[in-house]
Amino acid sequence: MNSGRRQAIERGTGGAPLRRQDAKAKLDDLARLRRDGGVLHDYRAPRWDEPFIMEQGMPGERGIMVPLAEDAVTAEVGAAADYIPEGMARAAAPELPEMAQYQVMRHYLRYAQMTLGMDLGSDISEGTCTMKYSPKMHEELIRGHRAAEVHPWQDEDTMQGLLQIVYETGQYLKSISGMDAFTLQPGGGSHAVFTNACVMRRYFEARGELGQRSEMITTIFSHPCDAATPMVAGFKVITVMPDENGYPDLEAFRAAVSEKTVGCMITNPEDTGIYNPQIDKYVEILHEAGALAFTDQANANGILGFARARDAGFDACHFNLHKTFSSPHGCEGPATGAYLCSEKLAPYLPVPLVTKVGERYHLEYDRPESIGRVRGFLGNWMGVIRAYAWIRSMGPEGLKEVAEISVLNNNYLDNLLMAIDGVSRPYAEGHRRLDQVRYSLEKLKEDTGVGTEAVRDRMVDFGIQSMWMSHHPWVVPEPFTPEPCETYSKADLDEWAAVIRKAVDEAHADPQFVLDSPHAQPIDQMRRLEAMEDPDQWAFTWRKYKRKFKDKV
Amino acid sequence: MADKPFVHPYIPNSVPETKQAMLDELGLSSVEEIYAEIPDRLRFKGTLDIPPAILSERQLRKHVQGLLDKNTSSVDFLNFCGAGCWQHHVPSVVDEIINRAEFVSAYCGGDYSDLGKYLSRYEFNSMLGELLDLDGVANPIYDWGDVAGRSFRMARRITGRDKVLVPAHMSPMRLMEARTLCQPESMANSTKIRFYEWDRETGMADLEDLKAKLDDSYAAVYWESPGYLGTIEAHGAEIVKLAHSVGALAIAGVDPITLGVLAPPGQIGADIACGDIQPLGMHMHAGGGCSGFIAFRDDDPVFAQECPLELYTCMETATPGQYAVGEALPDRTSYGARDQGKDWVGTASGLWTIAAAVYMALMGPQGFREVGETCITRSHYAAKKLGELPGVEIKLSPSFFKEFVVNFDGTGKSVAEVNKALLGHQIFGGKDVSAEFPELGQSALYCVTEYYDQADIDALARAVKEVTA
Repeated sequence: MNSGRRQAIERGTGGAPLRRQDAKAKLDDLARLRRDGGVLHDYRAPRWDEPFIMEQGMPGERGIMVPLAEDAVTAEVGAAADYIPEGMARAAAPELPEMAQYQVMRHYLRYAQMTLGMDLGSDISEGTCTMKYSPKMHEELIRGHRAAEVHPWQDEDTMQGLLQIVYETGQYLKSISGMDAFTLQPGGGSHAVFTNACVMRRYFEARGELGQRSEMITTIFSHPCDAATPMVAGFKVITVMPDENGYPDLEAFRAAVSEKTVGCMITNPEDTGIYNPQIDKYVEILHEAGALAFTDQANANGILGFARARDAGFDACHFNLHKTFSSPHGCEGPATGAYLCSEKLAPYLPVPLVTKVGERYHLEYDRPESIGRVRGFLGNWMGVIRAYAWIRSMGPEGLKEVAEISVLNNNYLDNLLMAIDGVSRPYAEGHRRLDQVRYSLEKLKEDTGVGTEAVRDRMVDFGIQSMWMSHHPWVVPEPFTPEPCETYSKADLDEWAAVIRKAVDEAHADPQFVLDSPHAQPIDQMRRLEAMEDPDQWAFTWRKYKRKFKDKV
Repeated sequence: MADKPFVHPYIPNSVPETKQAMLDELGLSSVEEIYAEIPDRLRFKGTLDIPPAILSERQLRKHVQGLLDKNTSSVDFLNFCGAGCWQHHVPSVVDEIINRAEFVSAYCGGDYSDLGKYLSRYEFNSMLGELLDLDGVANPIYDWGDVAGRSFRMARRITGRDKVLVPAHMSPMRLMEARTLCQPESMANSTKIRFYEWDRETGMADLEDLKAKLDDSYAAVYWESPGYLGTIEAHGAEIVKLAHSVGALAIAGVDPITLGVLAPPGQIGADIACGDIQPLGMHMHAGGGCSGFIAFRDDDPVFAQECPLELYTCMETATPGQYAVGEALPDRTSYGARDQGKDWVGTASGLWTIAAAVYMALMGPQGFREVGETCITRSHYAAKKLGELPGVEIKLSPSFFKEFVVNFDGTGKSVAEVNKALLGHQIFGGKDVSAEFPELGQSALYCVTEYYDQADIDALARAVKEVTA
């Protein structure tokens, strides 16, 4: 800002606090806009009509040149073919594209344009995903060679910086959860949840109780991985359904616990956003039966600094560093799962653990009680570097502010959505939700024939990411689950609600138009859906598609 | 801090007026009223033990970069260590694409709004299918060890048998991961892992031992080519034949960057292939560049039906000639069936599949052939130069791709000593395998890819000569 402009502003405000006046006026503008139906983007998605790369290029074109062995090298050792055992040489070259570099670059840039990433759209839509802003500076950190070009087997003296970041992040997460020990080895949230099933398995194996304890309890509103990963670990899974208020039925839960119980793997708040005020009672019931309690904290945004898993009695919990702690989602990974547990379960954590001995950070492998490994090497530490930077950028007050604003945003959006005809919010009437809400469009479907899937496919026409409906099964009919975390401004929230309102209005006026959605996307409505289930029609690779439907290509 | 409102660049609604306006609309005096949903006894009342915020981007950058600069990278030093995570050249176009904000910030958006992501994914599957010579390729997950374990479980479901045979020199790290997935043997549904021997001279499968152990109680026979110790497995076709003769499946573990020159698993007759795509355009990221794939022959739908990972199929749209991508058999995954699904899927390594798609498209058949040839010739040159040094011996030659075993017994030095001393020459030596394979003595697994040229290799040989003298 040049000094002339600065002066003008100061004169204009007569010395009064400029920001305060402006903010008030701006808020009035926003309120007016919202009364008028909100601001919708007149959006058209990029449509490149781009052929598959396998159909492009020309024999002989090159995308990149590869280093060739020096003449002196081949003079000493001969040709590569001399070292390939008989029958192990490739008979026919792979049918890969042969394309010049610019054409490859352009192709994938077009694909990037046809991807509505969070940075472009508004990912309030993707509830249970905590789509917050990922600071760009963090990307610069992880792309530098002292992060990206570190080999996992390097001498630990040569990676003290990374180890320190991992260790310190572990300490912060311990404080946030109240737990005693951590690992950042899991390669995603579900992977951390699997780690828990394995740690509990090892705990009871060490106590000689594995033969007796074979059942894991979860709830239907907990993430599918809370049911699937204990199954993979070898346990029978018991799923508790909600009571009339949406809480896991306490009596059904009590009835499910026995001397066979390994523990529970549950979320709180669940996908409904309802905080279970009796959560410590569930834990108590488990502990009385000698079982363990784990809480899935994939979406911990609403409780940061407000409630800790350990304080409710849990023995273990996890976080998704790519959700609550701002590491970007990267088209579904790479991701980092943080697993934390009490002292009691610490001996069973996967190896290596990152420890601190004096002033030196250390990879500790000598842990005879460990479950072994869930992932190779050290894990996805790109996510840890970003999470570390994010936590440091927030500090303790900032983390609480993240939670407060997420919860406020959610309730503000709730107020707007519940004013829309056809939207309902099942369960726990009179109770406020924390970070997200599971709504239903059942009434809209009854009234118009337009359900949640059609609304989802319509909203993308306004440059808003398609909304997350629900994990399966749909206990709430015609569900959708927005999660307006701290990233989003009041105007963003108004816009999101306005898009839902717009789709609902259209459903009442012209339901077929909504059912025919989308209308402004890179492609038209999908057809031949039976290919998703029918062996005669599916084609997992283009080579298979060409063989099956040769006449069409 | 307590007196000043906390307005952070990442939290717009912290502006006091905004917050107040939102509270007013809700008829609340403070957010505390919402937090009343958490009973007092469960409320955390302390202060998190986290240092105060570093608010400016400049200071934060300085702080974190300062920590990272305590690391030494494989750009600072020459690196001859692989052992499951390999330093290959990453083309600039790969980074340019996967650093695009659209891809970096996308997640599980819909078929239309995230079309580019799904098309990239389908192209990845299609090009990897060409490299592997297999029609079915699933969406990758964590890493090779994980998909090895999942392949064993998949074979168990397909055959109804609960044992698999794996080579005794399978990567110990991958074996640890697979064991975690296969459950302790005392459990009713565990998948039991048994071993067949390997030839200590060639590093290849001991077919006689495999024949002696294999019977119709086995779900699958697994082999790795190149194996953990670097050697190319020459007996793949025989292993397939033996496995099929008892009704077992043949599972190949492969490094896909070898497949421009080496026979692909489809050509050899494998039913299932697994491996890591890290060599195909991923930086090492201390192992974070790894991502495991599963592929299969698709002439029998049972392979797709029992595949534990997400599958994508080519679809059509209302406009003739226009393609879409849809998720196939979604009810089979944990998202569709919870604990009744095939293992589980979750956020794992999506961006890496896009990187690998770009990589495969850039390389083409010619690039893959050349990178294979360069890896083989330069690694053999390195082995020759090291093997000429007094007391240094190359084991398990002559058929390896980019990794080979270097034994230091004759030098009187341990691998740990050699590697420590090499750091003084700004070199990362090979992976110490003396604890994993005591029968190999003081041996290290060295890796030479196309990344390092003759001058680098000569520098390595000079340094090893000096530190072993």
